[in-house]
Amino acid sequence: MSITEKHKKLERNVTLLSVGAFITVAIGGIVEIAPLFWIDNTIEKVEGMRPYTPLEQAGRDIYVREGCYVCHSQMIRPFRDEVERYGHYSLAAESMYDHPFQWGSKRTGPDLARVGGRYSDEWHVQHLKDPRAVVPESIMPTYAFLSDTDLKISDPAANLRALRRVGVPYTDKDVEMAMSDIKAQADPDADAGDLEQRYPKAQIRDFDGNPSRLTEMDALVAYLQVLGTMVDVNAASAQEELATEKGR
Amino acid sequence: MERIVTRAGIWFAIMLLAVMAAAAAQDSGFAAHMFIVAIAALIGLWMTISKPDYSAIARGILRMPDDPSRYDDDPVRWGVIATVFWGIAGFAAGLFIALQLAYPLLNLEPYLNFGRLRPLHTSAVIFAFGGNVLIATSFYVVQRTCRARLAFPALARFVFWGYQLFIVLAATGYLMGITESREYAEPEWYVDLWLTIVWVAYAAVFIGTIVKRSEPHIYVANWFYLAFILTIAMLHIVNNLSMPVSLLGSKSYSAFAGVQDALTQWWYGHNAVGFFLTAGFLAMMYYFVPKQAERPIYSYRLSIIHFWALIFLYIWAGPHHLHYTALPDWAQTLGMVFSIMLWMPSWGGMINGLMTLNGAWDKVRTDPIMRMLIMSVAFYGMSTFEGPMLSIKSVNSLSHYTDWTIGHVHSGALGWNGMISFAAVYFLVPRLWGRERLYSLRMVNWHFWLATVGIVFYAASMWVAGITQGLMWREYGADGYLVNSFVETVAALHPMYLLRAFGGVLYLGGAVIMVINVWATVLGKLREETPMQTAAYDPAADRPLVPATSN
Amino acid sequence: MIEHSLYDFLRHLADSWVLLAMFIVFLVLAAWPFRPGARERNNKAANMIFEDKNDG
Repeated sequence: MSITEKHKKLERNVTLLSVGAFITVAIGGIVEIAPLFWIDNTIEKVEGMRPYTPLEQAGRDIYVREGCYVCHSQMIRPFRDEVERYGHYSLAAESMYDHPFQWGSKRTGPDLARVGGRYSDEWHVQHLKDPRAVVPESIMPTYAFLSDTDLKISDPAANLRALRRVGVPYTDKDVEMAMSDIKAQADPDADAGDLEQRYPKAQIRDFDGNPSRLTEMDALVAYLQVLGTMVDVNAASAQEELATEKGR
Repeated sequence: MERIVTRAGIWFAIMLLAVMAAAAAQDSGFAAHMFIVAIAALIGLWMTISKPDYSAIARGILRMPDDPSRYDDDPVRWGVIATVFWGIAGFAAGLFIALQLAYPLLNLEPYLNFGRLRPLHTSAVIFAFGGNVLIATSFYVVQRTCRARLAFPALARFVFWGYQLFIVLAATGYLMGITESREYAEPEWYVDLWLTIVWVAYAAVFIGTIVKRSEPHIYVANWFYLAFILTIAMLHIVNNLSMPVSLLGSKSYSAFAGVQDALTQWWYGHNAVGFFLTAGFLAMMYYFVPKQAERPIYSYRLSIIHFWALIFLYIWAGPHHLHYTALPDWAQTLGMVFSIMLWMPSWGGMINGLMTLNGAWDKVRTDPIMRMLIMSVAFYGMSTFEGPMLSIKSVNSLSHYTDWTIGHVHSGALGWNGMISFAAVYFLVPRLWGRERLYSLRMVNWHFWLATVGIVFYAASMWVAGITQGLMWREYGADGYLVNSFVETVAALHPMYLLRAFGGVLYLGGAVIMVINVWATVLGKLREETPMQTAAYDPAADRPLVPATSN
Repeated sequence: MIEHSLYDFLRHLADSWVLLAMFIVFLVLAAWPFRPGARERNNKAANMIFEDKNDG
C-alpha cells in the first residue's frame, strides 16, 4: 500500500469518528428541543400576556445584569407549599416574551415569579437599598447604588427593535415612542399618551420615591411590580384553558 | 523581516480598530472590553517586534527547556502554568462568595456583589482552570498517542493565548455586569464569537495532529477529547444564538424565549458538565491513570462501549434541570429516564479506571499521585450515582432550588475534576521541565488530604443545608398552615454555610501547597525528605503469593 | 386517542419502533468491541501508550 493511500485511510478514520460522534450527540438535542418550537401544546394560550414596557424591560435588563437569577427563581412548581407560599404555579405562557428566560436554578432567596403587587414600592426601595433594614436575617447584597444611578440607555428603541427581531410583537409605534414611554411611565405628572392602551395594565407612577430623577431603581422596581401580574390566572377563562391543556 | 513587518501591521490594525470601537461604544462596558482587546493587540505587537527576547524570557523566568524532545511542548507548559494560576483564582473567588453567603456584609456593591461574583467563580473554575487543563493535557496526550508533533504550531499558540483573552474578557465582563444570564454561558455575544474562533482553531490543531499521526490506532483518550471539542462547539453555538442591540454595544437578547430558551440553556448547561467536565476529563483518566499505574487500562473494550454510551445518553439528560416547571411533561420524563440510564456507562467508566489498579493496589498507599487519581475516579463514581438519583422527579421535588444541588456539583467538581487535574499537573511538571522528580511527594500527600477533608466538609454541609431547606419549605403545622417563613429557612442554614466555607479554606490551602510544589519543581529544586513508605523491610513477607493452582 | 395529532403520532412511534431500533443499535454497539477478531487489536491499543518513552 502506498503512503498516500495509507494516509487517506487514516484521514477517513478520524473523519468517520468525528462524524459518528457528532451524529450521536446531535440526536438527543434534536428530539428534545426541536418539537418545542412547533408542537402546539408547549405554550398554553392565556389572556393578558403583553410585551414588557420599555421601562419594565430596562428593569429586567438590570435584573439580568446584577445576576438576581443566581439566587431567585421565577418558576413556581405545582406543589401545595409553593402555591401557598408564592401563588398559582407558573404557566409557560407567562415567560413567552422573556429573552432570556429567568426561571433560575437556586432559591437562596424566595421565588419572584409573582412578586408583583405583593409589596409596596417603598418596601422594595428600602429592601434593595438595605435588605437587613426590613428583613434582619436576610443575606441579600445591598443595591443602594441603583437609587443614585440615572437610568442610562443609549437607545431604548434599539433594544425594542432587537427584541422585535427575535419575536416580541412590539409595534412600530412602541419602538418609536420607547424613550418617551420610559419617561412617562415613571412620572405621574407627564402625559403618558396611549401608553396604557398599548401596554394594558401598565403601572404608571414614580417607583423609587424620588420624582425628580429617573433612576435604575425606578426601572427595577417597575419590573418587580409587573412580575406575575399580567395573566389573571384565577379568571374563569384561564382556568378553562388550563383544564384542557395537554402534555403537562 | 518582511514577515515581521506584515505581522506587526496586522497587530497594529487590530489595535487601531479596537481603540476606534472603544471610542464609538454604546456603553462603558463594551468600551472597557475593546480597551482590553487593544492592550492585548499592543502586547502582540510588542512580542512580534521583540520576538527573540520573548522566548528567552520564558526560558529564564519559567525555566522552560529548549524543546529537545520530538514533541511541541511549549503550549503544554504554558497551559500547566495557566491551570495552576486560574485554579487559585477560581478557588479563592469561590471561598469569597461562600463567605458572602455567611456574612452578607462582604458584598461590596456594585462590582463585588454575589450576583456578579458567582458567574466569575463558576467560569474561573470550569473554563479557566478546567479549560486550561483540558487544552494542555489534550495537546500533551494527542502528541504522544499519535507519535506526531502538534499540527499548526502557530495556531496552537493562538489557541492558548486566545483562550486566555476569552477568560479575561468574560471575567471582567461579569464584574461590570455584562452577562447573558445563561448559567455557565454568561459571556455576551462578541466574547462568544471570539471563543468560537478560538475553539475552531483548537479543533483544527487537535484533529490535524490526529490526521498526521504515525500510530495507526487512535487511542481512546483522543476519542473523548474529540467528542468534547466537537460537542462543546455545537452546544456553545446553539445556546448563545442571540440578537445584539448594537454592533458597538455589549447587550444582546437571546434568540429564544421562555420554555424553549430554558430547555436550550439546560441542554447546554447539563452537557457543559457532560462534555467539558466529564468527557474531556475522562480522556485524562484514560491516559494518566494507566500511565501513572504503569499498566494498561483494565478493559479497552469497555472503554469503547463507555465512550459511545456516554456521549449518546448524556445529551438527553438536560431536562432534569427543569422538573415540575412549565416545560412539557414528556420532555421532563425523557430527561429523567436518560439521566438514570446514564448511571450505567458512568459506572462502567469508573470501574474501568479503578480496576486498572487490579494487582497493584499497593500504589494507592505508596504513591500520592496515584491516590489522587483513584480518589478522583471514586468521586466520579459518587457524583454519577448522586446525579441520576437527584434526577428522579420525586427526589428532585425536594432537592431542586436547594443547596443539595450545589453540594452535588462540588463533589463532582472538587473531587473528580479537581483531583484528576492536580494529579495530571503533578504528573506533567517534572516531565515537561525535565526534572528527575517532583520537589516534594510529601507535599502532594498534604495536598491530597487537605483537598479530601475539604470536600467532605463541603459536600456534607451542603447535603444537610439542602435537605434542611427543602423540608422546611414544605413543613406544615397542625393548623394546616406553612410553618416557616422563607427567611427562617435562610437563617437556619448559617452554620452550614460556615462549615462549607471551612471546607473551601482547606481545599484552597491544598491548592496553595501545589503552587509551591510546582514552582519549586520548575526551579529544579528537590526537597530532601524521607520516602513515603516508612514500614521497615521484612524479608519474610517479601515472597511471591502462592498460586491457587499449586495444591 | 380519538384525535391523532402529530404529537400523538410521534409519541407512539417513539414508544414502539424507535425504542426497538434504539435497543437493537445498543446491543450491536455493545457487542461490537467483543467480536472475536478484536481481542488482539484492543490489547495492542491499550498498551500503545507505553511504547513511547518520550514523556518529557
